[in-house]
Amino acid sequence: MSLDATYTRELPLVENNATLKDLDNIIALPTETKPTKGWWIAISISSTALLIGAISLFYTIYYGIGMWGNNQPVGWAFGIINFVFWIGIGHAGTLISAILFLFRQKWRTGIARFAEAMTIFAVMTAGIFPIIHTGRPWLGGYLLPLPNQNGVWVNFMSPLLWDVFAVSTYFTISFLFWGIGLIPDLAILRDKTTSKIKKNIYKVLSLGWTNSNRNWSNYERAYLILAGISTPLVLSVHTIVSFDFAVSVIPGWHTTIFPPYFVAGAIFSGFGMVSTVLIIVRKVFNMEHIITIGHLEKMNKILLATGTMVGFAYSMEFFVAWYSGNTFESFTFVNRAFGPYAWAYWIMFSCNVFFPQLFWFRKIRRSIPITFILVILVNVGMWFERFVIIVTSLHRDFLPSSWAMFTPTLTDMGLLLGSFGFFFTLLFLFLKTLPLVSISEVKAVVEGAQPTVHPHPHTNGKAIQEGGDGH
Amino acid sequence: MIKKLIDKLNEINKFDRNADNGERSKKLFGLAALYETPNEIIEAAAVVAGKGYEKFDVYTPYPLHGMDDAMGMDKPKVGYVSFIFGLTGMCLALLMIGWMSGIDYPNIIGGKPFFSLPPSIPITFEGTILLTGIATVLGMLVLFNKLPKIDSPLNDTDFMRNVSSDKYGIVIQTDDDLFTEQDVKNLYLSTGAYNVQEIFYRESNLTTKTPLFDKKFISAIIGTAVVTAVVTYFIVNFVLYSTVPFDWMWVQPRIDSQSPSTFFPNNSGMREPVNGTVARGFLPYEYKGLPDSSVKLLANPLAVSKEVLERGQDRFNIYCSPCHGYFGEGDGRLKGLFPKPPTLHSKKVKEWTDGNIYHVITNGQNVMPSYAEQVSRDDRWAIIHYIRALERSKDASEQDVELAK
Repeated sequence: MSLDATYTRELPLVENNATLKDLDNIIALPTETKPTKGWWIAISISSTALLIGAISLFYTIYYGIGMWGNNQPVGWAFGIINFVFWIGIGHAGTLISAILFLFRQKWRTGIARFAEAMTIFAVMTAGIFPIIHTGRPWLGGYLLPLPNQNGVWVNFMSPLLWDVFAVSTYFTISFLFWGIGLIPDLAILRDKTTSKIKKNIYKVLSLGWTNSNRNWSNYERAYLILAGISTPLVLSVHTIVSFDFAVSVIPGWHTTIFPPYFVAGAIFSGFGMVSTVLIIVRKVFNMEHIITIGHLEKMNKILLATGTMVGFAYSMEFFVAWYSGNTFESFTFVNRAFGPYAWAYWIMFSCNVFFPQLFWFRKIRRSIPITFILVILVNVGMWFERFVIIVTSLHRDFLPSSWAMFTPTLTDMGLLLGSFGFFFTLLFLFLKTLPLVSISEVKAVVEGAQPTVHPHPHTNGKAIQEGGDGH
Repeated sequence: MIKKLIDKLNEINKFDRNADNGERSKKLFGLAALYETPNEIIEAAAVVAGKGYEKFDVYTPYPLHGMDDAMGMDKPKVGYVSFIFGLTGMCLALLMIGWMSGIDYPNIIGGKPFFSLPPSIPITFEGTILLTGIATVLGMLVLFNKLPKIDSPLNDTDFMRNVSSDKYGIVIQTDDDLFTEQDVKNLYLSTGAYNVQEIFYRESNLTTKTPLFDKKFISAIIGTAVVTAVVTYFIVNFVLYSTVPFDWMWVQPRIDSQSPSTFFPNNSGMREPVNGTVARGFLPYEYKGLPDSSVKLLANPLAVSKEVLERGQDRFNIYCSPCHGYFGEGDGRLKGLFPKPPTLHSKKVKEWTDGNIYHVITNGQNVMPSYAEQVSRDDRWAIIHYIRALERSKDASEQDVELAK
């Protein structure tokens, strides 16, 4: 992509002096070979979880929401927690593919495709929850402003409706972004494959892409525009998700800090998930030279930054609860940290704020086992953050007579497990069917890939020597 | 067994790289050259553009920085499409919200105006982004890059296999005004090409027929659409209206009236009232079946008023007039079908007490059945007032005429 800024010399993004042909072979290998034993084990675990989720989904739809642990006053629980959790996971993909692209961070090329795929699968997983939470998901069409026999339109002042628009737009744009990124790579696979069936599939999916420069020129511009619109989009999505809470009057939800706090948390949790999976994937598919320790270290830095932002938001919430002098507000926060759900609060606080501080040390940032443990803790912590925000705010609100505790049922647990199963099954299928690193983007950033001369037609072929941006 | 089958299938489908030459025509599409390094190709592109060739293109595995300048290309125009559709998306979203919540379905929500800008911003923003994104991608692919074009002459060639992997290529098309085979070959070799090859059109490129308008194709599409629509209609109707849980709450755990239930000893879902229960408005008539002489003392509880008389007229016209006639003369609309009742203007009826008439309406008399089920007690008394009015109207005195004025 047009990465033309001149940098001080960095470590190469692709190690071991891989040639362009090597890159083709390494990255396309999983799509060309039969699945390994490891892959079969992985997908059987994930599809078992998916099956458990499917059974729980059946119970939910057949018998209704009564199968969940939701009660009065905890009307929102696992369903909404999982929704917010998975939507948040998706944000890392767009951040990597769009925001880091706009900031000319070349290292993003190694992980962008994978992270974008994660975005799409995470948004699909997230989308299930609000739909089944309606109780009769087959009537989900009424969430959209479609003409109907009742002559009724949706309520445009409701944050829940904004959510419908935000999430569906987010999915569409992420899918387009991912899809156009895949076109040149599918063309590479098309020209590489030896199977006629595969060739025909790739032929159709790559739309007859010819690698022509006149096409590349428009392609790059479209990519830039998509990155430009995805950046405000990704910020808007979790902002709007936070409005679901912030626009209500429940103490603990009704705060103006929510939008930036949610966005930082989303990026934090997304990077946690990307790291978790990448650490395994780069090992299993022998891509340690393309997805290097350097990549993981940079992601750890982002985790440190966003984790600290999230920690700041936690503290600021507490401060404002005291500073506002609002009794209900201060009670909610004291109840969060020292009430019956204090365990959840401290799991959240330690996983999201304390442990990521270890990333200040370079040795820890570059140690894969420690990184792996810490990013798993980030995933746990961010799930509990949503639990804390939703359940502890609801379970003790204004009227002490209606206070209640929330206990998840087996169906709740099954759906949570199933959401992981759904996400990982899709991810494993993706890893075996499509190139998990963008081949054309990585080729563009290997050493010597870009010309060091920049001639113009009117010079009649006489090249102008320049400093050049190739390493 | 299955593994063997799959292996066999793979054997058959093993792609033969030479096979695609079969469908090529004899007509030349262009001359292609391959280069080893990015610097060579960018210089070659500048030379080709500098010589004045226009119908040429450079093919690289990834975008080369500076190639647009070297080829003398204009800036890409995708941005205009994005901008126009972005604005359209914004306007459409705002108009949609304004019309739906402000005009077509105005609802008071939180005491706010039917349409107000601040809560409309999120959806307007998403609409803008959505249309921009879709238009950018479709515009880039279809409008500017003329894709999908699966049968491009360049695809399935060795040239394409090289440029999509690690080589850099250039093609000058034969329909360029300056194209001569010898010149182009010399040009390529002088710029350091390591391989020059001819690219021929496919047979399918030369026919003017568009496969999209093929009769078989169109009828297949229409057929599929119709079959899918019909099948979907029936499946959706069956699934969404008859199976649990899609029963729209018609099926509920309750006992409907007239339906059996094994819960009660008599297997009836309905319960009978306790003996002696009297439903509201259904107080039994205490003189039922007795001769009319016993009820002469019943007095009309209603005072005469305009409303009572009008109510009486209304009920009389509905329930009594079919036999007795609108004026009580016994000439009702059913004459001939039923025995004609005697006139109500007879001396006998005039001398009856109100209680006596009430007894006849309630209990029935001769062929006249009881009207207790159809006419409520108060209405019966109102009818009696009206009958009295009718009798009086039949032989009104002059004073009555004065009163009516």
